[in-house]
Amino acid sequence: MKTIARSETVRSQRNAARPRIAFGVVDQVMIEERATAFTKRSIKTSAKLAGLKLAVSMMDLTTLEGKDTPGKIAFLCRKAMQPLDSRYEVPSCAAVCVYPNLVRFAKKFLGNSGVKVASVATAFPTGLMPLRLKLQEVRSAAHDGADEIDMVINRGNFLAGEYNSVFDEIAATKDSCGDAHLKVILETGELQTYDNVRLASEIAMRAGADFIKTSTGKISPAATMPVTLVMLEAIRDFFYETGLRIGMKPAGGIRTAKQALAYLVMLKETLGDDWLTPDLFRFGASTLVNDVLMQIVKTVDGSYQGADYFSLP
Amino acid sequence: MKRRRTKRKVASRKKLSRVRAVVVREEKTINYRVALPLSQRRLSFGGRWDYAPAPEAHSHFKIKPRYELFIGGKFVRPRSGKYFDSINPATEETLAEIADANARDVDLAVKSARKAHNNVWSKMPGRERGKYLYRIARLIQEKSRELAVLESMDGGKTIKESRDVDLPLVAAHFFYHAGWCDKLQYAFPGRTPRPLGVAGQIIPWNFPLLIAAWKLAPALACGNTCVLKPAETTSITAMHLAEIFQEAELPKGVVNIVTGAGETGRALVEHPNIDKVAFTGSTEVGKRILRAVAGTKKKLTLELGGKAANIIFEDAPIDQAVEGIISGIYFNQGHVCCAGSRLFVQEGVFTPVIRKLRDRIATLRVGNPLDKNTDIGAINSRMQLEKICELVDSGVKQGAKLIQPRLRLPAKGYWYPPSFFTGVTASHRIAQEEIFGPVLSVMTFRTPEEAIERANNTPYGLSAGVWTDKGSKIFKIVNKLRAGVVWANTYNKFDPTSPFGGYKESGFGREGGVHGLAGYLQMS
Repeated sequence: MKTIARSETVRSQRNAARPRIAFGVVDQVMIEERATAFTKRSIKTSAKLAGLKLAVSMMDLTTLEGKDTPGKIAFLCRKAMQPLDSRYEVPSCAAVCVYPNLVRFAKKFLGNSGVKVASVATAFPTGLMPLRLKLQEVRSAAHDGADEIDMVINRGNFLAGEYNSVFDEIAATKDSCGDAHLKVILETGELQTYDNVRLASEIAMRAGADFIKTSTGKISPAATMPVTLVMLEAIRDFFYETGLRIGMKPAGGIRTAKQALAYLVMLKETLGDDWLTPDLFRFGASTLVNDVLMQIVKTVDGSYQGADYFSLP
Repeated sequence: MKRRRTKRKVASRKKLSRVRAVVVREEKTINYRVALPLSQRRLSFGGRWDYAPAPEAHSHFKIKPRYELFIGGKFVRPRSGKYFDSINPATEETLAEIADANARDVDLAVKSARKAHNNVWSKMPGRERGKYLYRIARLIQEKSRELAVLESMDGGKTIKESRDVDLPLVAAHFFYHAGWCDKLQYAFPGRTPRPLGVAGQIIPWNFPLLIAAWKLAPALACGNTCVLKPAETTSITAMHLAEIFQEAELPKGVVNIVTGAGETGRALVEHPNIDKVAFTGSTEVGKRILRAVAGTKKKLTLELGGKAANIIFEDAPIDQAVEGIISGIYFNQGHVCCAGSRLFVQEGVFTPVIRKLRDRIATLRVGNPLDKNTDIGAINSRMQLEKICELVDSGVKQGAKLIQPRLRLPAKGYWYPPSFFTGVTASHRIAQEEIFGPVLSVMTFRTPEEAIERANNTPYGLSAGVWTDKGSKIFKIVNKLRAGVVWANTYNKFDPTSPFGGYKESGFGREGGVHGLAGYLQMS
């Protein structure tokens, strides 16, 4: 079944009155308790090393600043292609994530290294622009060679209860992506409740998202473990229902190797080992990579190195 | 037992396909935009990234080769001259020899408790008693890692639970009751409370230290002295608690601990010079104690078996309810009197609940209780394992469908995989009898009235659980359930301030909170 076909079938059914409860409700106390339980897993020795390398392979190295230049993108791309000396056998990162204007530079620097280029689009980070212009932005980024488009949903419409319009915008963006994968940013920090996160996840997946993503990184709180767990559970239900495997990307707020391992534990025990691949899980982060690399060096060599031994992205 | 062998075979086949620990990027690309057919919509756990062993270090904690009785503030050899072995259920190795107290030893313990009550403890101002209890609570906190490790080695429970649940609660019970010592006159307005005297307390093997604390802390706070009998398979931590009493300089004889099996317990219950019997354990033994105590002046509280209903409505937060099922029945290997062992699912959500439950139990890790990642430890004893197997066999024979994950159980020790039955009706033995293991019976219902009726259709009445997003429904259902504790949108949560106890054949009397104090006081 093609994705386009999926959004069309669902679109035709979407006006049928479905009570909100049909998409599932979330209990705050229990979801937070469950999310904390994953941090209690003890990941040591060989499992730690394998987990850290897996985390590197899932990283979207990100720079989303007004002062970004091609020069800065070059640093980021080089780091993504080879995060650490080859003797540590660390895989390359999954992608670099940049603004649309910088896509072609990233594409040039990365060449055929296998590292993907992700571009934020649709008037990132607010999404408050006419849809026509947002779609144009998406097409432009895709045309420049972006492999992945990270869009934002219209939170204003969502909170006003205009779910159909949120759905339509995502579906239209998907249509404009061409071959590029679509990641849908819910900006969970603005949706506030777990029930809202759950509903927004459902809307995004039904409208054609290949990935759902927590945050832009511009709003606090960004990714948290309970919010990510709510989204993983929505992905699980969607998989049971449709057979489609949707990816997950927590972004912002994940800074330490220990946190990254806790997220991987949560992923593994919620969606199973099939999701332990960069094709279905990403970390959106900029400072995380060097903490993970530091832990890899410590695990392999047995001692910590100072921060200056790790190149800045 | 036959079923366990086949499980092992399946698991070993799986091991062959297990990949190296190092994660390698996949060679072939999978098109994730293609929907998997229904038959392949399964989650797979294990294979790509497996956790390495993470055992809790224990070599620096010493287990003595032999534990004596604790009478009159000293460790004394039993008059019986007999000892029995305490086994580590995860390895079947003998951990230590435990003294086997006979009626003569029990008599000495009761005499020592009586003397301590008359001469010291009942005369001491509450404020002073409180100081001892606070001191004990702090010492428990200081030694909590050691006690947690010993608890896991002796009883088979996971270090995760003994460290994060049992020990914090043990200390909390002493802290909470320490606070009551000098405030008892305000607990029951208009009445003057006085201690009862000597309490004989018999505790089970599922939460050895925790239930010791449940019994000892309120009794001591109320000015009583105690003779405690731990369960024969789990005596070691009680004796380490005795060392803490010594270290806290608790006056001699205020707490006495006699170890042994059923005969020791009988001698304690039938002893003419005790004022109170407090028992936690099986309904069968509880009934015998009730008969023995009938017609005497002894006060009695019984906390017995259960077959709790955990009720899931259609409008419940389903993923969290599944977590509640897990903590309800697989917590402490299902060795929990208030375990949610009967699951009632509203028919509309039966399929998703079962599917999620099946996937969830596949993530539970069964094995070495001292591994920090273990979710389900060892079954406490061979006898208990046999009882679980017998009841599961009866379920299969009576036509229920058994669901277990594929996993490999350790070769030595007593183990049972997390399991659940579907296709169960109220007439099945597995829906009526307490299994006291990691085995759940799943049934369905259609309306709230039916749920209440089915939930109450049991001789037990210790606990229950309700899952719904609707607050008004919670209050309506909770008030109609005949159970001492009802959890709403959570399960197996304990707190010293909250009374715990049963209806019907789950016993009487409450432990914890103000209600728990009443069981250790006489009022005038």
